[in-house]
Amino acid sequence: MAIQGDFREHKQMLKELGVEAVEVRLPRDLEGLAGLIVPGGESTTIGMLAREYGLEGAVRERVREGSLAVWGTCAGAIWLAREIPEFPDQPRLGVLNIAVQRNAYGRQVDSFEEDLEILGFERPFHAFFIRAPRILKVGDDVRVLAKHQNEAVLVQSGKLLAGTFHPELSEDTRVHQLFLQLSSNALVAK
Amino acid sequence: MEKGTLRVKTGFAEMFKGGVIMDVVNAQQAEIAQEAGAVAVMALERVPADIRAQGGVARMSDPKLIKEIIGAVSIPVMAKCRIGHIAEAQILQALGVDFIDESEVLTPADESFHIDKHAFKVPFVCGATDIGEALRRIGEGAAMIRTKGEAGTGNVVEAVRHARSVMGAIRQIQALPREELMTYAKNHGAPYELVLWVHENGKLPVVNFAAGGVATPADAALMMQLGMDGVFVGSGIFKSGDPRKRAKAIVRAVTHYNNPEVLAEVSEDLGEAMVGINLDFLSEEEKLAKRGW
Repeated sequence: MAIQGDFREHKQMLKELGVEAVEVRLPRDLEGLAGLIVPGGESTTIGMLAREYGLEGAVRERVREGSLAVWGTCAGAIWLAREIPEFPDQPRLGVLNIAVQRNAYGRQVDSFEEDLEILGFERPFHAFFIRAPRILKVGDDVRVLAKHQNEAVLVQSGKLLAGTFHPELSEDTRVHQLFLQLSSNALVAK
Repeated sequence: MEKGTLRVKTGFAEMFKGGVIMDVVNAQQAEIAQEAGAVAVMALERVPADIRAQGGVARMSDPKLIKEIIGAVSIPVMAKCRIGHIAEAQILQALGVDFIDESEVLTPADESFHIDKHAFKVPFVCGATDIGEALRRIGEGAAMIRTKGEAGTGNVVEAVRHARSVMGAIRQIQALPREELMTYAKNHGAPYELVLWVHENGKLPVVNFAAGGVATPADAALMMQLGMDGVFVGSGIFKSGDPRKRAKAIVRAVTHYNNPEVLAEVSEDLGEAMVGINLDFLSEEEKLAKRGW
């Protein structure tokens, strides 16, 4: 989703993995896609423009039919979240059963990097948390794939994936590969 | 847990891409910017057009104003310090500003040296008119670059010149044989390692925004089409007839910069643009882009 944010980095990762990627700004751009990555960026900007240009509704429809896998990183995770208690009216897709708090670690000087253990990964994953949100609550249908200081930072429910850090800023493609698996399942469902 | 690393700083700048950063002088303007979809605001006492008109020494803003703006919005807040003014930068970092602009729009505090930006946990953005200046600032630790343009004029011509200059130099460096890179670095006053990085990667190592003279959605789209990653709008919004509408239009123009139908739609009926200054009538001493070394 190329409304705003670091979508170019995601595109680069997909290219390295030999996957064709297109930039999605309008509903018509979703045609033929098996997966959608919602990048890091400013969640208010992304949410507002996705709603205005009809992308929010179009993605919700595709998620409902089970024909589209969606992965949100940082701002993208906020866009997916069902609840944002502090900003209940913020425009978002809201299909993933989690509650998030925006920019929950402080200001930019509190942004950090650290190694994470991710379920199913043999080696730790070096993660960048940038003005990152916190996942406050996880629904029963949501699986926690990674934690940082005992709080969920990567979660999955069906074909939805959400993480509060930025795999696209690293050179490690493993989370992208994980998402490609979810997307190929979406392809089968279609 | 490591904070304030170079990747955390440059990575934050990546998140602004495809977005608009707006100059605001009070909490109310900051809210208007946020509602329009700005990805960040720049907290200032005076927009560049007023600095230009009123003259005098332009300094860092009052911390009280910056705190009010931080309190008013949930999006990131940037603030400007004078070129070379280490103490102003330390104050801004202590205030919790998310990004510092070491800016030629303010009166320089040092006529020879810029701030050692590696020494800070907070990231910096700096202006540049050409590749040498951009790579020197990055060498000093800038996590983001912007064109200088000519702030407070509402005239995009200088921003275009600087964008074309930097993008053209990147293409040239990429095409040079490796043995010519050292002499290129010498001739442009650029750190060799960064010239080499550009040669190998075909882009700057940090995000590069347009700034200085953007006044319309079309200006913003033009800068994006020239390869800029996003846009700063200073005086262009709040010096115009209908700031709310213009702010929204520029945000949408940056996202849809390649879609003329959307650009036509958002450009309609925006009220008066800021008056603007023809640069032929600006003396060399009045040009802010000359500041910085």
